[in-house]
Amino acid sequence: MRSTVPLLVKLLATAGFGILYIPVMMMMIYSFNRGKLVSVWAGFSTKWYKELWYDDVLLTALYKSLLIGFSSATISTIFGLLIAIAFLRFSNFRGRLFLSLFASAPLVMPEAVTGLSMLLLFIAMEASFGWPSGRAVDTIMIAHATFGMCCAAVVIQTRLRDIDKSLEEAAKDLGGRQPFVFLSIILPLILPSIIAAWLLSFTLSFDDLVIASFVSGPGSSTLPIVIFSKIRLGVSPEINAIATLMILTISALVMIGSFLVLRRDGKK
Amino acid sequence: MHSLLQKFGRLLVIWLPLGWLGIFFMLPLVEMVNVSLSEARRAVPPYNPAFQIGKDGISFQPVVDNYLLIYEYWEDYLWPAVNSVRLAFFSTLYCLLFAYPMAWWIARSNKSLQHILLVLILMPFWTSSLLRMYALIGLLNPNGVINDFLIWAGITVTPIQMMQTDFSIYSGMILTYLPLMILPLYASLVRLDNSVLEAAADLGAKNWDIFRTIILPLSMPGVIAGCLLVFIPAVGEFVIPALLGGPEQLMLGKVIWTEFFRNRDWPVAAAIAIILIAIIILPIVYARYQDKESIS
Amino acid sequence: MTPFIRIQNISKKFGKLLAVDDVSFNLERGELFSLLGPSGCGKTTLLRMLAGFEKPSEGYIEIDGQNMANVDPADRPVNIMFQSYALFPHMSVSNNIAYGLKRASLPSDEIKARVEELLRLVHLSGMGARKPSTLSGGQRQRVALARALARRPKLLLLDEPLAALDKKLRSETQFELVNIQEQLGTTFIVVTHDQEEAMTLSTRIGVMDNGKLVQTATPNEIYEKPETRFVADFVGDISFLEATVIERTGKYWLMEAATPIYAIGSSTLTSGMKVSLAIRPEKITLTSQSTGHLNEFPVEIEDWAFYGAGTQYKVIGPDGIKLKVYQSHNQPSHANPRHLETGFVHFSPDATIILEG
Ligand SMILES: Nc1ncnc2c1ncn2[C@@H]1O[C@H](COP(=O)(O)OP(=O)(O)OP(=O)(O)O)[C@@H](O)[C@H]1O
Ligand SMILES: [Mg+2]
Repeated sequence: MRSTVPLLVKLLATAGFGILYIPVMMMMIYSFNRGKLVSVWAGFSTKWYKELWYDDVLLTALYKSLLIGFSSATISTIFGLLIAIAFLRFSNFRGRLFLSLFASAPLVMPEAVTGLSMLLLFIAMEASFGWPSGRAVDTIMIAHATFGMCCAAVVIQTRLRDIDKSLEEAAKDLGGRQPFVFLSIILPLILPSIIAAWLLSFTLSFDDLVIASFVSGPGSSTLPIVIFSKIRLGVSPEINAIATLMILTISALVMIGSFLVLRRDGKK
Repeated sequence: MHSLLQKFGRLLVIWLPLGWLGIFFMLPLVEMVNVSLSEARRAVPPYNPAFQIGKDGISFQPVVDNYLLIYEYWEDYLWPAVNSVRLAFFSTLYCLLFAYPMAWWIARSNKSLQHILLVLILMPFWTSSLLRMYALIGLLNPNGVINDFLIWAGITVTPIQMMQTDFSIYSGMILTYLPLMILPLYASLVRLDNSVLEAAADLGAKNWDIFRTIILPLSMPGVIAGCLLVFIPAVGEFVIPALLGGPEQLMLGKVIWTEFFRNRDWPVAAAIAIILIAIIILPIVYARYQDKESIS
Repeated sequence: MTPFIRIQNISKKFGKLLAVDDVSFNLERGELFSLLGPSGCGKTTLLRMLAGFEKPSEGYIEIDGQNMANVDPADRPVNIMFQSYALFPHMSVSNNIAYGLKRASLPSDEIKARVEELLRLVHLSGMGARKPSTLSGGQRQRVALARALARRPKLLLLDEPLAALDKKLRSETQFELVNIQEQLGTTFIVVTHDQEEAMTLSTRIGVMDNGKLVQTATPNEIYEKPETRFVADFVGDISFLEATVIERTGKYWLMEAATPIYAIGSSTLTSGMKVSLAIRPEKITLTSQSTGHLNEFPVEIEDWAFYGAGTQYKVIGPDGIKLKVYQSHNQPSHANPRHLETGFVHFSPDATIILEG
């Protein structure tokens, strides 16, 4: 009985997987196309990948994106961890309602709204007390960290909830002090979820176009911003090559992340 | 001394993130409301703040001109709002159409295959939507892969216009949001007890009947959650209408962008953002209400 | 005359595992047949083949003259009551019971009347509007029963219907089940691994072991004349003595099992054969003094346990043979042997069961 899935269901499901994968697959194939024309196959070549190496604009943008990704993901993970602890370990505190609202609202806010509102604040702040002066890497980093910490909090919270509270109490019984207990017992247990949260925040930052477009200034274009402006000029084998590299990198990170999460679930 | 330290740590754990989010998430929203109630002007910045702390004390002089402007030029602003809801609504439906069978299939597979399929579903979700939309353009373009194939196969002579249509928007939305629909559906379907389905078959229900009377009602929480997860970000989508849509597929996310960057009318952009937030809050409130219903 | 239900050489393989192995039996209309056997012996698999959820690897099933080979579960005149009850959690009790009737497109007032009637039958009148999650285990069990009965199946399959109930509720429900079955005259197959339950419920019992149906008989026959050591051991308490046949002496066979024993047996026995002699505890009498009966020997009392209506003893006879003895308290015994350390046991040759091989 278990194996009887109707044919129509199988067809639709296969089509669904097709929609998810075919466009990206085709793009990857055409990134190895020798010709300049996108859809005419003119033989295998890796020349577009080589060309990327000499594209200074692109490399600068890549460096900025990595920098922003690393720093914002680190802030996101630390703050996300704090949020998760605040929710699950301190049952009643003033501001709980606010924290739960603040930490969940960014998840449903359209990126254009988040980006616009942050930019307006940065401008108002600059007008009032001179910081931040102009918009650059730091404003993008702040914006990404703000969004990322909410996602990180969700990931860590799910794991922290699973850990038996009695475990912590038992350790305290043996004379451990709170911060030490946390470091020595809880942290190793939630480490996979912390790594997963970091990877998630990094990916979100690395992929973000809309928020970054609002809060970036001249000369602080991230990789998605550069790619977006290139795409507007039309499909080109060079973008195929960047896109292929980016997607493969992120996919590898996601594989590591899911492996960590699945292995943890498998142990239970 | 020791407990004082603990108390301090506790305050830090709570107030550090609360402060950050207050300053960098809530304050911007407040400022955006402020700007939306401000008068536009040709200067830097291009508005005259409604709420000001200046040399002559605090002043608050809100104007509703921006909202009136939106109302007056409704074709330029409110029509994209309706369009956003329409496109997001049908995108949600199409996602559901594909996601349900996928979730069903995954839920019926054996454990190890389930893991692999779930990773396959999740992977595209984390790769940039921008790049996937770009890949889609390569398929849908007049000189793209699909048209080339159709012409080669002799199905059409001239390329079919697929870009800048509702079709391209829906394709983009499905490609972007399908995973978000599948996960909650999968979660509700995998909990479904096989013997309940067998009981229905035993009592004379054929496949369609079993689906209609048992599977669908029992997976309804997953359907609602999935629809919200897709509809909410789809309404405010920017990349998809910007890259795949034409003038007929204008959506609010893109209008905010254009008002802000092209027209440099910040107060109107802020006012549109507020309208977008209002559109998003409605389904969330509805979902909360549903939750309360099901508890009581 | 062809039997009402005919199950012919049914087998089911899951990969290499032979879950059901060449099972055949017939049922008459209105029988209450119990399938009894240890966990994993293939009872549920057999039921699932009857309901149509599994295709037999071999053999065929016929119900009321109709071959079931290519009939969908939905179209079989068979309904099943699942071990987990499998109630529809999103439907009220009434809608659960009406589910099968609605599939049959009955007029709604008839459905209503039938549901009311079924609710009365299972003593749940007035609970029709409740959701399954608000019911107790016993109530759920009765909803499941009513739901399975609603389509008036020719054959009703019950997979451990009483397993989830506590002991008291269980024995009450057993009689209820028999009552309902007799009222409706439906043919029931009840799966259980509780031998007492099988004894109380059924007109006939089939004992399964490792996929095989090892014996099919009335409860009385299963108890008194088990055909294999497995059946004898599985159904009720019993003691075994390993014995060698010596010779036939008139009505009985004389055997040697540490002590000479007279036993009743078929004429297929021959001198020198090794057999197992089985005897039920309540067929043995324990006395403080020798009484001079046939099959009497001295024993040491190793242990005893009080069972309310009687006492069960573990005794050790000559050569270390172990026996279980049950003495009812209302038996007129000469002395209360409970405080004894030694005594004598005897049993009638007619009470012995000989199991060859
Ligand atoms: N779908 C299946 N796939 C593989 N093996 C199965 C399947 N269903 C049952 N089995 C195996 O078949 C054998 C018989 O199982 P079945 O469920 O019929 O036992 P049972 O007599 O009902 O046991 P219980 O009293 O514990 O319910 C078991 O070894 C079981 O593991
Ligand atoms: Mg079973």
